[in-house]
Amino acid sequence: MDSFTLTLNGKQVEFEPGQTILTVAENNGVRIPTLCHLKGCTPTGACRICLVEVAGARSLVASCSTPAEKGMVVETETDRVHRTRKLTTEFLMASGKHDCITCERSGACTLQDLAYRYGIDKVRFETATRPYENEDANPFIIRDFTRCILCGRCVQACQEVQVNRAISFGYRGPHAKIIAGVDVPYHESDCVFCGQCLQACPVGALVEKKARFAGREKDVEKVRTTCPYCGVGCQLDLHVRDKRIVKVSAVEDAAPNKGRLCVKGRFGYDFIYSKDRLTTPLIKENGEFREASWDEALDLVAAKFKEIIAKHGSDAVAGVSCARSINEDSYQMQKLFRAVFKSNNIDHCART
Amino acid sequence: MTNSFAEFQNAKMFMVIGSNMTEAHPVASTFLKNAVMNGAKLILVDPRRQPLADFADLFVQIKVGSDIAFLNALMNVLITEDLYDKKFVQSCTTGFDELKAKVMAYPPEKVSDICGVSPEKIRETARLLASVKPCMLCYTLGITEHTCGKNNVMSTANLQMLLGNMGVESGGVNPLRGQNNVQGACDMGALPNVFPGYQQVANPEARAKFEKAWGVTGLPDKPGLMIPQMMEGLASGKVRALWIFGENLANTEPDIAKVEHELASAEFLVCNDIFPTETTRFAHVIFPAAAWSEDDGTITSSERRVNRIRKVSDAPGQAKPNWWIFKQIAKRFGHEWTSNSGQEIWDNEVSVLAPSLAGIKYHRIENDGLQWPCPNEEHPGTAFLHREGKFTCGLGVFNAVDWTPPAEVPDDQYPFVLSTGRRLYHYHTRTQTSRAGMDVILPEETADISPHDAKSRDIADGDYVRVWSRRGEVVVKARLTEQVPPGMVWMAFHFREGNANWLTNPAFDPVTQTAEYKACAVNLEKKV
Repeated sequence: MDSFTLTLNGKQVEFEPGQTILTVAENNGVRIPTLCHLKGCTPTGACRICLVEVAGARSLVASCSTPAEKGMVVETETDRVHRTRKLTTEFLMASGKHDCITCERSGACTLQDLAYRYGIDKVRFETATRPYENEDANPFIIRDFTRCILCGRCVQACQEVQVNRAISFGYRGPHAKIIAGVDVPYHESDCVFCGQCLQACPVGALVEKKARFAGREKDVEKVRTTCPYCGVGCQLDLHVRDKRIVKVSAVEDAAPNKGRLCVKGRFGYDFIYSKDRLTTPLIKENGEFREASWDEALDLVAAKFKEIIAKHGSDAVAGVSCARSINEDSYQMQKLFRAVFKSNNIDHCART
Repeated sequence: MTNSFAEFQNAKMFMVIGSNMTEAHPVASTFLKNAVMNGAKLILVDPRRQPLADFADLFVQIKVGSDIAFLNALMNVLITEDLYDKKFVQSCTTGFDELKAKVMAYPPEKVSDICGVSPEKIRETARLLASVKPCMLCYTLGITEHTCGKNNVMSTANLQMLLGNMGVESGGVNPLRGQNNVQGACDMGALPNVFPGYQQVANPEARAKFEKAWGVTGLPDKPGLMIPQMMEGLASGKVRALWIFGENLANTEPDIAKVEHELASAEFLVCNDIFPTETTRFAHVIFPAAAWSEDDGTITSSERRVNRIRKVSDAPGQAKPNWWIFKQIAKRFGHEWTSNSGQEIWDNEVSVLAPSLAGIKYHRIENDGLQWPCPNEEHPGTAFLHREGKFTCGLGVFNAVDWTPPAEVPDDQYPFVLSTGRRLYHYHTRTQTSRAGMDVILPEETADISPHDAKSRDIADGDYVRVWSRRGEVVVKARLTEQVPPGMVWMAFHFREGNANWLTNPAFDPVTQTAEYKACAVNLEKKV
């Protein structure tokens, strides 16, 4: 037998050697719920939500970390699988404070989705109390350890995706905690606030400080755009509520950034709402700026440029375009200088 | 960039020279780090032991401004030890004999003193480079911001052609661009010598094409002035009116005292901006502009990818899109421009006039952008240039160049070299980042110095120090760091107070007019 095939929910499917059961299922349109699995990272098999039944195996296996094998018979939705996933979900719900009323992640929470999917309206276990205080001392990210389910996705995002190596697992047993450095606040550690941990968190344990109470998944419209900072061109989803950006996340699977951002791209968006914005044309008179109408300001600029060109020639005017604004603005400015002013004195900070 | 960010993940080797990627292009650096964790080799060449050094197989700490000497020495070893790509050199390039003659004058033993690297390490670097193919060479402003910036760039291209690393996936010469649309502003012809799409203003056919498209006659044929020439023109009276769109020259140009004198000399200065800045103080008229997310348009990234910028809300108050402002002035000169939105300007003008952008239309870049050259609407875009060693002008040309020292080097009076750059938490002159909460993490400028120099001058971390050059002085806190070698002071230009540009040298590359931000001479002492 040359081809690699297995039986998935009664159907023969092909796979590539080395693929996990989860990948084979995804490639064949079978959705297995996951929690700790972070695409592109080393499978950890930590959360046990993606368990499936493999004929002949002693126990259920984690599909995210079990390689597919020839002739395997896999069932993803048996009673035994459901009972186990439900129990695991219940344990997670009892592991901390999982009340959804004001949780930022409500509506976009993997644990909430699992609880709903498996119909858990009452948790049979006593809720554990976490011994750790929230961290809100750092400027951008609130770390709520009572909501943390220790799935480790944030650790993988930090270690394997961004390779910033700032956070890891600390302590043991009921004291287990995601720690930065030697358990210090983010801003005292090697953390560079890329926020990849936020992007990876499947629950409300990590939330954007600026976005707190500003609008949840159901309240926002996502608008795709490009980051206004460096030249990498990262793709952002702007979370927009009432025409206001309340949060920024990275577009997953987009070129070039593949779901990644840095501190400026993720948290640097709200300069546009500064009270310092220029909101009206200004004309300087006797050394002071005064407000002016568009017509007055435009007329003045046109008149002065006409006067200077008439008196000193086209080469007496010059323009510096902007390397941060849109292409269309730069096109328009060079067109103005060349076609209207008849000058090639147009440049921008091209080389710096 | 000749190549693309997506190619980082499959790269087998990187040579990063003059690029502090983890701070200036953080997301690009994550893909590089991923590749290194998966076994790719990294050669890092930098005067500072910057964060990527922890990931490097070989960290070569050259002296500031010694790049050409170092690169020539590498090529010397590659040729002497017969390690270069003869097939590529023979079939795809020209000028090898001149290159060989030139680099033979740069044996490692001679170059060692210039760049502060042992001959053995130079040879080790050359051999490692030759051992893996292809290698992606990445650089940033550490290469360009020198009086020999153009020659530095030539040298990186010489090296990559000699190694046969051009025209291949995960190879090439890759300058990472510092600003979101510095690539696009170049592509749009916001340069004194070219129309959109790099069509030369000196070319009569190009002028005729644009005269027809714009409905005008007499487009000027002589290339115009570059920024430093404009600034000097203000002081000399050659330039009377200057229009500055979204640039804060008073903080970004070398020698702030000189720049402010020039700005103050303008007969008429117009600014488009979203905030009052140190530069708008000198304006006679300020136009309030729409910002990012207040207008629809495109920007072009380092990898030549044209991406969409989308509007979320109207600009505040009476602020208007910049293209609208320019259009209103044209109208007052009797020119009626028809395009009335970013999309109309792009689809009906830019992509029609620039052949390399002809296939890029708004409807094609709703999701991922397209990389130019993209000559027609069926074209998928171009991930990497010079495929199979085919260069735009036929053969790749070796441009043999000599090393020249920075215009100002340390002496008894000014014994330190000041080098400058950007820090992670701020962007340029902070007009944006200071209003987005970044000051909390990085509240002020520092002079980064080595613990060795600090000790000899009795300076503790956080002490205020006075740093001065022939142009000016600043008082800032000292930051002691092993990143900086003895003899160097490293600073940024994010803050008005303590801005490195009070000190930097307005000496420029003769061709590109790029200032030597990376090297000037300073002295420092503890402020008592």
